[in-house]
Parts: sequence; structure tokens; C-alpha cells
Amino acid sequence: MTPFLAQSEPWISFDVAGLAEQFWNNTVDGLALGGIYALVALGYTLVYGVLKLINFAHSEVFVVGAFATWLTFYGLGFRSGATPALSVFEIILFLAIACLAAMAVSGGTAVLLERVAYRPLRKRNAPRLVFLITAIGASFAIQQTLRLIFGLNQQPQIRLLQPEPLFRLFGATVTNIHIILFVAAVLLWFVADYFVNRTRLGRGIRAVAQDPDTATLMGVNKERVIVITFLVGGLLAGAAALFYMMRIPQGAIYNGGFLLGIKAFTAAVLGGIGNLRGALLGGFLLGLVENYGQSLFGGEWKDIVAFVVLIVVLMFRPTGILGESLGKARV
Amino acid sequence: MTTQTVSAPPKRRSIREQWNNLSRPAQWAFLIPVVVLIYFLPVLNPPLIATTGTDFPTAMFDVARYALVAIGLNVVVGQAGLLDLGYVGFFAVGAYVAALFTSPNSSLHHLPYLWTLPLAMVVTMIFGIILGTPTLRLRGDYLAIVTLGFGEIIRLVADNVDPLRGQSGFERVGTDANGTPFFANATAWYWLTVTIIIAVLLLVGNLERSRVGRAWVSIREDEDVAEIMGVPVFKFKIWAFVIGAAIGGLSGALYAGKLGFVNNQSFDVITSMLFLAAVVLGGAGNKVGVLLGAAVVAYLPLRFVQLAEYNYLIFGIALIILMIFRPQGLLGARQRLLARGRQAYQRLLGRGEQISGESALAADTTGGPR
Repeated sequence: MTPFLAQSEPWISFDVAGLAEQFWNNTVDGLALGGIYALVALGYTLVYGVLKLINFAHSEVFVVGAFATWLTFYGLGFRSGATPALSVFEIILFLAIACLAAMAVSGGTAVLLERVAYRPLRKRNAPRLVFLITAIGASFAIQQTLRLIFGLNQQPQIRLLQPEPLFRLFGATVTNIHIILFVAAVLLWFVADYFVNRTRLGRGIRAVAQDPDTATLMGVNKERVIVITFLVGGLLAGAAALFYMMRIPQGAIYNGGFLLGIKAFTAAVLGGIGNLRGALLGGFLLGLVENYGQSLFGGEWKDIVAFVVLIVVLMFRPTGILGESLGKARV
Repeated sequence: MTTQTVSAPPKRRSIREQWNNLSRPAQWAFLIPVVVLIYFLPVLNPPLIATTGTDFPTAMFDVARYALVAIGLNVVVGQAGLLDLGYVGFFAVGAYVAALFTSPNSSLHHLPYLWTLPLAMVVTMIFGIILGTPTLRLRGDYLAIVTLGFGEIIRLVADNVDPLRGQSGFERVGTDANGTPFFANATAWYWLTVTIIIAVLLLVGNLERSRVGRAWVSIREDEDVAEIMGVPVFKFKIWAFVIGAAIGGLSGALYAGKLGFVNNQSFDVITSMLFLAAVVLGGAGNKVGVLLGAAVVAYLPLRFVQLAEYNYLIFGIALIILMIFRPQGLLGARQRLLARGRQAYQRLLGRGEQISGESALAADTTGGPR
């Protein structure tokens, strides 16, 4: 029996050489992973910005998107196993179909969630804690519905696209998946940012975020704005689900959203919740930090790294790196 | 609960008022038979109530364990208004303290099981200070997320730090040096827990009525105003956190002793959510309410095992419906002190005052959940 404290192996080891060696690989992979976090984080940030509500069920919106992706692939005739040989055009077509399906299903789920769970509470001016509990209840309900439909086990992974090394960057291998994830995240973020900051509906969102009562007096339809906010968050989560399924060599599972949801929320808080740019920054930062931490401390510690970063940032900068800003008017 | 009209008070409140108007001996005369009945539930095995799928005393112990947790969490969430989503972390610390000092799998000095209960409380109090000192400057949602992070960190540490034995866990927790368990049957565990609950209830009840309790209420209702009025907000927040943590740790140690086995599997965030749900379901800030909430959360899944597959689905939907129709929980919080203040205010102005919309428990009065 070994003494409690004198273990033969330390609990935690610092692999600095490994970190140095893997640095650029981690950077590339961290940016790709961070893109997924950023897309989900946008959903948290938008809803928080408008409603000051942590939408705890957003992770379930993401998981529903993952199942929609899987079902689409399955419905298109693909099965797990060998990656089918497809032309570039076919790959783009099928991925686009899956993306649209996932976005539609996730967006629909988010809107349904708003209708069923949150709107009645808003009508009754419920306290904030009640929203949180309702969100937890909704999260349970969606998760369990998925479990009843799809069972406890992971769906077999269907890959339309194998990661293929494209080029090397500072000694790091950059694959096609990395590129797709990074570009898609930035692109979708840009669309969301444009939507919120440049369009008429986006102006409504910002107005409600800043001051719901005055916005209502100015003729903004608050209910509509809130539904749109949930819808946009859901659409982005659906897209994120597709990219997640492309990157992670695992299938969809009913409780798969939980950890990712927490991390995406961490990313949102990190960058400054309620701030679209913050979500992007926080997502990428968290992806990077997590991957560096994984190299430095070993894979089993990577989730802890995320939470420690969250706590440290909040302790020194409670509003995140960029601060809360959806409500602050930007030209 | 924003405004009160003087006319036509709801019936439930009148029951509460009647109760409050009873003399102390009369309250005791009613309470003692109820407590005796609660003690004898596992022996009586009442039909309809008794669980069929699970051993009834074990189920009752689970209810009691949840009740103890709910009382502890109620101090943090209900009394002081600090939203703690990582409460299971304290529960885990308590369970691991009991395991490390009583299990033959651990190389630490073997202690008699009962000694680990105060020890677990002390250790979790220290954890409460460690956790609370840096984080309690945060508010509302940020605090919720940081506590969630801490709960997850404790779980992940239990997963990954080798001496805590991860999934293989500690066996024969709560046994003495010869390996005999502390209590052989579940009913004895239930009795021990109920006794502890009563002691804790008396303690927490006295705290509520003390200066500390009033400070908590003031912090819950409006932190800034409390600060301006000279309440050392930070100190009392730490107090709430530490006392809540100690009760959580105690409950964890009881759980470990009863189950006899501790590993990393029972301390996930879902459990934390269930704890919080127990508090909010019954009515945060109301001791009887949280006991009821805990009983519902712990008992219903055990009673209706034939619905086991749909348990959490039903639970989730029920949570939504309840929050929509009864956001204050089954029995809403009504601080006697506040109620008195309101009555005085109403007499003075002829109308009810409004509670700050910033408070986690107060309804928003300006429209929209802010």
C-alpha cells in the first residue's frame, strides 16, 4: 500500500518539451476546435445579450443538430465504415444539405424552446432563477427525448470527408478539415455580426438588448426580436454541430452536448458574454488554451484547463476580455 | 411576489399565519407527532407510499440525504441569494473525506466513522473558503458559472488524481478497523440522517433569525443597498457559502458511509442540478419547502420505477410546467422579517412596496427577465 502523498508517479506532469514540439499543431487544431466553440458561444451570447438569460438548454439545441446531421447522412444513404469516394462537388452538396438540415432542426428547436419554456415565464415576469431552472428542465427533457429515440449508445460515425493533410505551416500539418472549420466559423461569425450590426432586424436586437422598454416604445416588436435571437443562435449551433461531427471521430450521443455547452459558455464568458466579437475571440482562445494544456498536462486534464481559465479570467476581469456589449450601440 | 393587496389573502398564507400565531408549545405539540411519524416511516412501510422497486428504508435514506443537501443549499441559494451550481463539489469532498479515512483502500489513518462526519464538515468548510474567497465578488450568473466550474474541477480531479482512485473507487467506506460496517441496515442510517437533519434545521433556523440571517436576506434582496447600510456583504456571503458547504459535506459523508462505496461517478453536474432543482421546486428560502422539494426530487424516481425510462423526461417537463405556473416553488419563500416590514409599509402607505428587480429571487418589475 503506497502512502497517500508519496506516489511513485506525480499526479500531474509538465511536459514542456511536448508543448514546444506540438505547439504549432496545437495552434492549428486549437483554432479549428475554437471555431466550433465560437459558433455555439454565439448562441449563448446573443440570448444573454437580449434576455440576460443563460440559456442552459442551448447545448441540447446543439446536440439535436448533431443528430440531424447524422440522420441526414444516414438518409442520404451513407453508412458508417469506409469513407465513400465522392467528387468535390458531391461532397460540397451533401455537406450543404446536412448543414441546412442541422441548422433548420436546431433553429426550430431553439424557437420551440423559447415558445414552450421561456415565453410563458416572461409573460409572468418570473425571477431570473426560475428561467435557469426551466432551462435545466428543458435540457433534461430534450436530452431524455433523444435518449428514448436513439438509445444510450453513440450513433456510428459517418464521415463524408477524411482529414487529408493539405500543407504544412511552421511544421504543423494543416488538414482540409481544419481549414473548413476555421473558415466556416469566421464566415458564419461574420454573417452573424453583419446581421446584428448592419441589418434592420439586428438593430432591433441591439435595441432590445440595451433597453427593452424603450425599444418597445420605439416600435420594436420585442417578442419577435427574442424569437429571432433564439433562431439565430439555433442556426449557428446547428452549423457548429455539423462541423463538430466532421472533426470528432465519434457519432452523436444524447448527452454529448453537456461538456461542449459548458465550454462554449466558458468561451462566451471569456470573451465577454453578450458580445459577438467576444464569443469569437473567446472560442478561439479557449480552443488554443485547451490544446496547449492538453500537451502540457496530458489529455485527461484538458477539461480542467478550460475551467481554470474561466475562473482566472472571471476573477480578474468579471465581464470577460472584451466586456459585455451587445446592448452598447456600435456604429 | 412583487405587490401584495391587502384584500383576499390566499388561503395558504392564512395557514402559515395561523401556524405563526400558535404558541410555541402548541407548535411543538403538532410537530412532535409528525417527527415521530417521519422517524417510523421505514418501519411502518405504509402501503401506496412504500417503494416497490427499491428497498423502502434505502429510498427513505435517499430522501433524507437529499433533504439535508437541500437545507444546506438553501442557505446559499435561498437565504443569501448566491446561485451555486457546483454544490455537488462540496458533497463530493465530504464523501471523499469519509472514504479516505475509513476505507481499507486508503492508506490514510483509519478513523472511526462518526469522527469523519465533523472532519468532513471542517474540510468542506475550508473548501468553501477557498472557493468563496476569490469568487464571491462575482454576482448572479457569473457566480453561477464559476461555481459550476469549481464543481466540475472537483469532479475532474477525482477522475484524474490517482490517490482518489477514479472509477475503481473506495470500497467498504464507513467500516471500522475490523471491516464491519457502521450500521448494517438502512433504517438505522435513515434515523441517523433524520436526527442530523433536525439538529441542522434547529441550527440553521437560529442562524436565520439571528443577525447573520438578516444580513443574508439583505444581501439577497439588494446587495448594494446592504453594503451601503453597513452590512459587511463579503463576510456574510462567505459565511453562507461555508455553512452551506459544511452541510453539503456532511451529507456527502453520510452518503459515502451508507453506500459503503465512493468513486467518481456520482458527482456530476446533473446531480448538482437535481440538488438545485430540489431547492427551487420546494421554494427557495423556505425550509419546509426545500424539504418537500427534496422529497419530491429524490422520492418520485424511486417510487415509480416502472417509469424509470421516462423518469428524467417527466422530471424535466414537470420542472418546466411547475416553474411556469408556480415560479416561487411549491411553498414560496416568505421571510417573516420581510413580511413584517411589508405589513408596516402597507399600513404606512396603503400599498405594497416593490422588491428590487436585481435580486435573484425577486420578480422583475420592469418587464422582461433582466
